[in-house]
Amino acid sequence: MQILTHLSDILIPAIIFLVVGYGLVSRIKVYETFLKGAKDGLGVVVDIMPTLIGLMVGVGVLRASGFFELLGSLLGPLTESMGLPAQLVPLLIVKLFSSSAATGLVLDIFKTYGPDSYAGMVTSILMSCTETVFYTMSVYFLAAKVTKTRFTLSGALISTLAGTVASIFLAGRMM
Amino acid sequence: MLNYIWAFMILLGVVFAAFTGRMSEVTNAALDSAGEAISLCITMAGVMALWMGLMEIAQRAGVIEKMTKGISPFLTFMFPRIPKGHPARGYIATNIIANVLGLGWACTPAGLKAMEALSKLEEERGNPGYRDGGNRVASNEMCVFLVMNISSLQLIPVNMIAYRSQYGSANPAYILAPAIAATLFSTLVAIIYCKIKDGKGADRACKY
Repeated sequence: MQILTHLSDILIPAIIFLVVGYGLVSRIKVYETFLKGAKDGLGVVVDIMPTLIGLMVGVGVLRASGFFELLGSLLGPLTESMGLPAQLVPLLIVKLFSSSAATGLVLDIFKTYGPDSYAGMVTSILMSCTETVFYTMSVYFLAAKVTKTRFTLSGALISTLAGTVASIFLAGRMM
Repeated sequence: MLNYIWAFMILLGVVFAAFTGRMSEVTNAALDSAGEAISLCITMAGVMALWMGLMEIAQRAGVIEKMTKGISPFLTFMFPRIPKGHPARGYIATNIIANVLGLGWACTPAGLKAMEALSKLEEERGNPGYRDGGNRVASNEMCVFLVMNISSLQLIPVNMIAYRSQYGSANPAYILAPAIAATLFSTLVAIIYCKIKDGKGADRACKY
Protein backbone atom coordinates (compact mmCIF):
# COMPACT_ATOMS: atom_id res chain seq x y z
CA MET A 1 0.00 0.00 0.00
CA GLN A 2 3.11 2.23 0.32
CA ILE A 3 3.24 2.45 -3.47
CA LEU A 4 -0.41 3.50 -3.66
CA THR A 5 0.16 6.30 -1.15
CA HIS A 6 3.21 7.47 -3.06
CA LEU A 7 1.35 7.36 -6.37
CA SER A 8 -1.48 9.43 -4.89
CA ASP A 9 1.03 12.11 -3.91
CA ILE A 10 2.74 12.48 -7.27
CA LEU A 11 -0.17 12.00 -9.67
CA ILE A 12 -1.60 15.53 -9.68
CA PRO A 13 1.76 17.36 -9.84
CA ALA A 14 2.79 14.99 -12.63
CA ILE A 15 -0.34 15.69 -14.66
CA ILE A 16 0.01 19.45 -14.19
CA PHE A 17 3.66 19.29 -15.27
CA LEU A 18 2.98 17.09 -18.31
CA VAL A 19 -0.01 19.09 -19.55
CA VAL A 20 1.64 22.50 -19.22
CA GLY A 21 4.94 21.19 -20.59
CA TYR A 22 3.31 19.47 -23.54
CA GLY A 23 1.19 22.55 -24.23
CA LEU A 24 4.31 24.72 -24.29
CA VAL A 25 6.12 22.33 -26.64
CA SER A 26 3.08 22.30 -28.92
CA ARG A 27 3.27 26.11 -29.00
CA ILE A 28 -0.06 26.66 -27.28
CA LYS A 29 -0.60 29.93 -25.44
CA VAL A 30 -0.81 27.94 -22.25
CA TYR A 31 -1.80 30.66 -19.84
CA GLU A 32 -4.58 32.15 -21.96
CA THR A 33 -5.89 28.70 -22.77
CA PHE A 34 -5.85 27.80 -19.09
CA LEU A 35 -7.89 30.90 -18.27
CA LYS A 36 -10.49 30.03 -20.89
CA GLY A 37 -10.86 26.50 -19.54
CA ALA A 38 -10.98 27.75 -15.96
CA LYS A 39 -13.84 30.05 -16.91
CA ASP A 40 -15.72 27.09 -18.38
CA GLY A 41 -15.04 25.19 -15.16
CA LEU A 42 -16.67 27.95 -13.13
CA GLY A 43 -19.67 27.71 -15.44
CA VAL A 44 -19.93 23.99 -14.67
CA VAL A 45 -20.04 24.71 -10.94
CA VAL A 46 -22.68 27.42 -11.36
CA ASP A 47 -24.75 24.92 -13.36
CA ILE A 48 -24.67 22.29 -10.63
CA MET A 49 -25.23 24.75 -7.78
CA PRO A 50 -29.06 24.52 -7.75
CA THR A 51 -28.83 20.72 -7.95
CA LEU A 52 -26.55 20.62 -4.95
CA ILE A 53 -28.79 22.93 -2.92
CA GLY A 54 -31.85 20.81 -3.70
CA LEU A 55 -30.22 17.50 -2.92
CA MET A 56 -28.31 18.57 0.16
CA VAL A 57 -31.55 19.94 1.60
CA GLY A 58 -33.30 16.66 0.78
CA VAL A 59 -30.63 14.55 2.44
CA GLY A 60 -30.32 17.00 5.34
CA VAL A 61 -34.06 16.78 6.06
CA LEU A 62 -34.00 13.00 5.89
CA ARG A 63 -30.99 12.80 8.20
CA ALA A 64 -32.46 15.21 10.75
CA SER A 65 -35.67 13.18 10.87
CA GLY A 66 -33.71 10.25 12.29
CA PHE A 67 -34.51 7.99 9.33
CA PHE A 68 -30.88 7.04 8.64
CA GLU A 69 -30.37 6.02 12.26
CA LEU A 70 -33.35 3.69 12.04
CA LEU A 71 -32.08 2.26 8.76
CA GLY A 72 -28.61 1.88 10.21
CA SER A 73 -29.80 0.04 13.30
CA LEU A 74 -31.92 -2.29 11.16
CA LEU A 75 -29.29 -3.05 8.53
CA GLY A 76 -26.11 -2.47 10.51
CA PRO A 77 -25.69 -5.96 12.04
CA LEU A 78 -26.20 -7.53 8.61
CA THR A 79 -23.86 -5.33 6.55
CA GLU A 80 -21.10 -4.76 9.06
CA SER A 81 -20.21 -8.45 9.08
CA MET A 82 -19.30 -7.89 5.40
CA GLY A 83 -17.12 -4.90 6.23
CA LEU A 84 -19.69 -2.48 4.87
CA PRO A 85 -20.64 0.35 7.24
CA ALA A 86 -24.44 0.62 7.50
CA GLN A 87 -24.35 4.30 6.52
CA LEU A 88 -23.29 3.20 3.05
CA VAL A 89 -26.38 1.11 2.30
CA PRO A 90 -28.62 4.03 1.25
CA LEU A 91 -25.72 5.37 -0.83
CA LEU A 92 -25.24 2.08 -2.67
CA ILE A 93 -28.94 1.92 -3.54
CA VAL A 94 -29.36 5.56 -4.57
CA LYS A 95 -26.16 5.45 -6.61
CA LEU A 96 -27.76 2.92 -8.96
CA PHE A 97 -30.37 5.49 -9.93
CA SER A 98 -28.84 8.93 -9.78
CA SER A 99 -25.31 10.16 -9.23
CA SER A 100 -26.36 13.64 -8.14
CA ALA A 101 -28.70 12.26 -5.47
CA ALA A 102 -25.83 10.00 -4.40
CA THR A 103 -23.63 13.09 -4.10
CA GLY A 104 -26.02 14.46 -1.48
CA LEU A 105 -25.55 11.29 0.58
CA VAL A 106 -21.77 11.33 0.10
CA LEU A 107 -21.55 14.84 1.51
CA ASP A 108 -23.70 13.79 4.43
CA ILE A 109 -21.33 10.90 5.20
CA PHE A 110 -18.31 13.24 4.95
CA LYS A 111 -19.97 15.75 7.25
CA THR A 112 -21.03 13.20 9.86
CA TYR A 113 -18.06 10.81 9.92
CA GLY A 114 -15.33 12.80 8.16
CA PRO A 115 -13.76 12.03 4.76
CA ASP A 116 -10.79 10.25 6.39
CA SER A 117 -12.91 7.85 8.47
CA TYR A 118 -13.36 4.27 7.27
CA ALA A 119 -16.87 5.04 5.96
CA GLY A 120 -15.49 8.18 4.33
CA MET A 121 -12.67 6.27 2.62
CA VAL A 122 -14.98 3.56 1.28
CA THR A 123 -17.30 6.29 -0.01
CA SER A 124 -14.49 8.26 -1.65
CA ILE A 125 -13.18 5.22 -3.52
CA LEU A 126 -16.61 3.85 -4.35
CA MET A 127 -17.82 7.09 -5.92
CA SER A 128 -14.68 7.29 -8.05
CA CYS A 129 -15.01 3.91 -9.68
CA THR A 130 -18.37 3.37 -11.39
CA GLU A 131 -21.16 5.41 -12.97
CA THR A 132 -24.85 5.33 -12.12
CA VAL A 133 -26.48 2.28 -13.75
CA PHE A 134 -30.12 3.06 -14.48
CA TYR A 135 -29.69 6.72 -15.39
CA THR A 136 -26.93 6.02 -17.92
CA MET A 137 -28.85 3.14 -19.44
CA SER A 138 -32.07 5.09 -19.83
CA VAL A 139 -30.40 8.13 -21.42
CA TYR A 140 -28.24 6.13 -23.85
CA PHE A 141 -30.82 3.57 -24.90
CA LEU A 142 -33.41 6.30 -25.34
CA ALA A 143 -31.07 7.97 -27.81
CA ALA A 144 -30.92 4.76 -29.87
CA LYS A 145 -34.65 4.00 -29.29
CA VAL A 146 -33.70 0.55 -27.98
CA THR A 147 -36.21 -1.27 -25.79
CA LYS A 148 -34.56 -4.67 -25.20
CA THR A 149 -31.28 -4.12 -23.39
CA ARG A 150 -30.02 -7.74 -23.15
CA PHE A 151 -26.86 -8.16 -21.07
CA THR A 152 -26.29 -4.46 -20.34
CA LEU A 153 -27.97 -4.47 -16.92
CA SER A 154 -26.33 -7.67 -15.67
CA GLY A 155 -22.91 -6.45 -16.87
CA ALA A 156 -23.38 -3.03 -15.28
CA LEU A 157 -24.48 -4.55 -11.96
CA ILE A 158 -21.60 -7.04 -11.90
CA SER A 159 -19.10 -4.28 -12.57
CA THR A 160 -20.68 -2.08 -9.87
CA LEU A 161 -20.50 -4.98 -7.43
CA ALA A 162 -16.84 -5.53 -8.32
CA GLY A 163 -16.15 -1.84 -7.71
CA THR A 164 -17.91 -1.98 -4.33
CA VAL A 165 -15.95 -5.03 -3.18
CA ALA A 166 -12.69 -3.44 -4.34
CA SER A 167 -13.53 -0.20 -2.50
CA ILE A 168 -14.20 -1.99 0.78
CA PHE A 169 -11.02 -4.04 0.43
CA LEU A 170 -8.80 -1.08 -0.49
CA ALA A 171 -10.26 1.29 2.12
CA GLY A 172 -9.48 -1.31 4.77
CA ARG A 173 -5.87 -1.50 3.58
CA MET A 174 -5.42 2.27 3.37
CA MET A 175 -6.52 3.03 6.93
CA MET B 1 -36.20 9.57 -11.74
CA LEU B 2 -34.74 12.37 -9.66
CA ASN B 3 -38.25 13.78 -9.23
CA TYR B 4 -39.27 10.71 -7.27
CA ILE B 5 -36.05 10.32 -5.28
CA TRP B 6 -36.06 13.96 -4.23
CA ALA B 7 -39.75 14.06 -3.34
CA PHE B 8 -39.31 10.76 -1.47
CA MET B 9 -36.46 12.19 0.64
CA ILE B 10 -38.33 15.40 1.52
CA LEU B 11 -41.73 13.84 2.21
CA LEU B 12 -40.39 10.85 4.10
CA GLY B 13 -38.13 13.14 6.13
CA VAL B 14 -40.96 15.43 7.21
CA VAL B 15 -43.39 12.60 8.00
CA PHE B 16 -40.73 10.65 9.88
CA ALA B 17 -39.77 13.77 11.85
CA ALA B 18 -43.42 14.26 12.83
CA PHE B 19 -43.37 10.79 14.39
CA THR B 20 -40.01 11.14 16.11
CA GLY B 21 -40.74 14.70 17.25
CA ARG B 22 -37.77 16.22 15.45
CA MET B 23 -39.50 19.00 13.56
CA SER B 24 -37.16 21.72 14.85
CA GLU B 25 -34.10 19.67 13.78
CA VAL B 26 -35.62 19.34 10.31
CA THR B 27 -36.15 23.10 10.12
CA ASN B 28 -32.51 23.74 11.00
CA ALA B 29 -31.28 21.02 8.65
CA ALA B 30 -33.19 22.45 5.69
CA LEU B 31 -31.79 25.95 6.21
CA ASP B 32 -28.24 24.86 7.07
CA SER B 33 -27.99 22.44 4.16
CA ALA B 34 -28.86 25.13 1.65
CA GLY B 35 -26.12 27.39 2.99
CA GLU B 36 -23.68 24.53 3.11
CA ALA B 37 -24.32 23.71 -0.56
CA ILE B 38 -23.13 27.21 -1.46
CA SER B 39 -19.91 27.00 0.57
CA LEU B 40 -19.23 23.61 -1.01
CA CYS B 41 -19.66 25.14 -4.46
CA ILE B 42 -17.04 27.76 -3.62
CA THR B 43 -14.47 25.05 -2.83
CA MET B 44 -15.50 23.12 -5.90
CA ALA B 45 -15.26 26.17 -8.12
CA GLY B 46 -11.53 26.39 -7.46
CA VAL B 47 -10.83 22.72 -8.13
CA MET B 48 -13.04 22.55 -11.21
CA ALA B 49 -11.56 25.74 -12.68
CA LEU B 50 -8.04 24.37 -12.20
CA TRP B 51 -8.86 21.01 -13.75
CA MET B 52 -10.87 22.37 -16.68
CA GLY B 53 -8.14 24.93 -17.36
CA LEU B 54 -5.54 22.16 -17.59
CA MET B 55 -7.82 20.05 -19.77
CA GLU B 56 -8.36 22.99 -22.13
CA ILE B 57 -4.59 23.11 -22.64
CA ALA B 58 -4.50 19.35 -23.17
CA GLN B 59 -7.27 19.55 -25.70
CA ARG B 60 -5.73 22.43 -27.69
CA ALA B 61 -2.43 20.58 -27.74
CA GLY B 62 -4.18 17.61 -29.35
CA VAL B 63 -3.72 15.24 -26.41
CA ILE B 64 -7.30 13.96 -26.65
CA GLU B 65 -6.98 13.19 -30.39
CA LYS B 66 -3.69 11.41 -29.78
CA MET B 67 -5.17 9.34 -26.98
CA THR B 68 -8.18 8.52 -29.14
CA LYS B 69 -5.82 7.13 -31.79
CA GLY B 70 -3.80 5.40 -29.10
CA ILE B 71 -6.66 3.26 -27.87
CA SER B 72 -7.48 1.96 -31.37
CA PRO B 73 -6.11 -1.56 -30.65
CA PHE B 74 -8.22 -1.70 -27.51
CA LEU B 75 -11.32 -0.72 -29.51
CA THR B 76 -10.61 -3.47 -32.03
CA PHE B 77 -10.34 -5.92 -29.14
CA MET B 78 -13.59 -4.83 -27.49
CA PHE B 79 -15.59 -4.27 -30.68
CA PRO B 80 -14.15 -6.71 -33.22
CA ARG B 81 -17.17 -6.51 -35.55
CA ILE B 82 -17.32 -2.72 -35.97
CA PRO B 83 -15.65 -2.11 -39.37
CA LYS B 84 -12.43 -0.03 -39.27
CA GLY B 85 -13.21 3.58 -40.14
CA HIS B 86 -16.86 3.36 -39.04
CA PRO B 87 -17.85 6.63 -37.27
CA ALA B 88 -18.99 4.67 -34.19
CA ARG B 89 -15.35 3.89 -33.38
CA GLY B 90 -14.41 7.57 -33.15
CA TYR B 91 -17.33 8.43 -30.90
CA ILE B 92 -16.70 5.48 -28.60
CA ALA B 93 -13.02 6.42 -28.33
CA THR B 94 -13.83 10.05 -27.51
CA ASN B 95 -16.34 8.93 -24.89
CA ILE B 96 -13.85 6.62 -23.19
CA ILE B 97 -11.04 9.20 -23.18
CA ALA B 98 -13.35 11.95 -21.88
CA ASN B 99 -14.36 9.56 -19.11
CA VAL B 100 -10.74 8.80 -18.22
CA LEU B 101 -9.88 12.51 -18.03
CA GLY B 102 -12.99 13.38 -16.02
CA LEU B 103 -14.47 15.60 -18.72
CA GLY B 104 -18.11 14.93 -17.92
CA TRP B 105 -19.38 17.49 -20.43
CA ALA B 106 -17.56 15.80 -23.32
CA CYS B 107 -18.63 12.26 -22.35
CA THR B 108 -22.36 12.35 -22.86
CA PRO B 109 -22.55 14.02 -26.30
CA ALA B 110 -19.93 11.63 -27.69
CA GLY B 111 -21.68 8.72 -26.02
CA LEU B 112 -25.06 9.58 -27.50
CA LYS B 113 -23.45 10.01 -30.94
CA ALA B 114 -21.87 6.59 -30.48
CA MET B 115 -25.27 5.04 -29.75
CA GLU B 116 -26.73 6.65 -32.89
CA ALA B 117 -23.82 5.40 -34.97
CA LEU B 118 -24.24 1.92 -33.52
CA SER B 119 -27.92 1.83 -34.44
CA LYS B 120 -26.94 2.95 -37.98
CA LEU B 121 -24.55 0.02 -38.01
CA GLU B 122 -27.42 -2.33 -37.14
CA GLU B 123 -29.43 -0.80 -39.97
CA GLU B 124 -26.56 -1.47 -42.37
CA ARG B 125 -26.38 -5.04 -41.10
CA GLY B 126 -30.07 -5.45 -41.88
CA ASN B 127 -31.22 -6.00 -38.29
CA PRO B 128 -35.04 -6.01 -38.76
CA GLY B 129 -35.92 -3.85 -35.72
CA TYR B 130 -33.67 -1.06 -36.98
CA ARG B 131 -34.55 -1.42 -40.67
CA ASP B 132 -38.32 -1.40 -40.46
CA GLY B 133 -38.80 0.28 -37.10
CA GLY B 134 -40.40 -1.82 -34.40
CA ASN B 135 -38.87 -3.54 -31.42
CA ARG B 136 -35.24 -2.60 -31.22
CA VAL B 137 -33.02 -5.09 -29.48
CA ALA B 138 -29.65 -3.80 -28.26
CA SER B 139 -26.75 -5.03 -30.40
CA ASN B 140 -23.74 -6.68 -28.79
CA GLU B 141 -21.74 -3.52 -29.45
CA MET B 142 -24.31 -1.38 -27.62
CA CYS B 143 -24.30 -3.66 -24.59
CA VAL B 144 -20.50 -3.74 -24.44
CA PHE B 145 -20.26 0.01 -24.90
CA LEU B 146 -22.74 0.77 -22.14
CA VAL B 147 -21.25 -1.70 -19.68
CA MET B 148 -17.84 -0.12 -20.36
CA ASN B 149 -19.37 3.31 -19.91
CA ILE B 150 -20.98 2.43 -16.57
CA SER B 151 -17.88 0.71 -15.25
CA SER B 152 -16.28 4.05 -16.16
CA LEU B 153 -12.50 4.15 -16.12
CA GLN B 154 -11.61 7.44 -14.44
CA LEU B 155 -8.10 8.75 -13.83
CA ILE B 156 -8.75 11.65 -11.45
CA PRO B 157 -12.02 11.84 -9.49
CA VAL B 158 -11.93 15.65 -9.40
CA ASN B 159 -15.28 16.06 -7.63
CA MET B 160 -14.42 13.62 -4.86
CA ILE B 161 -11.16 15.45 -4.14
CA ALA B 162 -13.03 18.76 -3.94
CA TYR B 163 -15.65 17.33 -1.56
CA ARG B 164 -12.97 15.74 0.62
CA SER B 165 -11.07 18.99 0.92
CA GLN B 166 -14.25 20.90 1.76
CA TYR B 167 -14.98 18.54 4.66
CA GLY B 168 -11.54 18.84 6.18
CA SER B 169 -9.66 15.80 4.89
CA ALA B 170 -6.02 15.83 6.00
CA ASN B 171 -5.03 14.63 2.52
CA PRO B 172 -7.80 14.95 -0.08
CA ALA B 173 -5.75 13.27 -2.83
CA TYR B 174 -4.97 10.26 -0.62
CA ILE B 175 -7.72 8.26 -2.34
CA LEU B 176 -6.31 8.74 -5.85
CA ALA B 177 -4.33 5.53 -6.14
CA PRO B 178 -6.85 3.22 -4.45
CA ALA B 179 -9.57 4.84 -6.58
CA ILE B 180 -7.58 4.05 -9.72
CA ALA B 181 -7.03 0.48 -8.52
CA ALA B 182 -10.78 0.07 -7.84
CA THR B 183 -11.86 1.59 -11.16
CA LEU B 184 -9.36 -0.63 -13.00
CA PHE B 185 -10.73 -3.67 -11.22
CA SER B 186 -14.40 -2.88 -11.92
CA THR B 187 -13.53 -2.15 -15.56
CA LEU B 188 -11.54 -5.38 -15.85
CA VAL B 189 -14.50 -7.36 -14.52
CA ALA B 190 -16.73 -5.55 -17.03
CA ILE B 191 -14.35 -6.38 -19.90
CA ILE B 192 -14.20 -10.08 -18.98
CA TYR B 193 -17.98 -10.29 -18.63
CA CYS B 194 -18.50 -8.53 -21.97
CA LYS B 195 -16.01 -10.76 -23.75
CA ILE B 196 -17.82 -13.87 -22.49
CA LYS B 197 -21.26 -12.54 -23.43
CA ASP B 198 -20.07 -11.06 -26.72
CA GLY B 199 -18.49 -14.37 -27.73
CA LYS B 200 -21.72 -16.26 -27.04
CA GLY B 201 -23.89 -13.82 -28.96
CA ALA B 202 -21.50 -13.51 -31.91
CA ASP B 203 -23.30 -15.94 -34.21
CA ARG B 204 -26.63 -14.32 -33.54
CA ALA B 205 -25.35 -10.82 -34.17
CA CYS B 206 -24.11 -11.68 -37.69
CA LYS B 207 -27.11 -13.75 -38.74
CA TYR B 208 -29.36 -11.10 -40.25
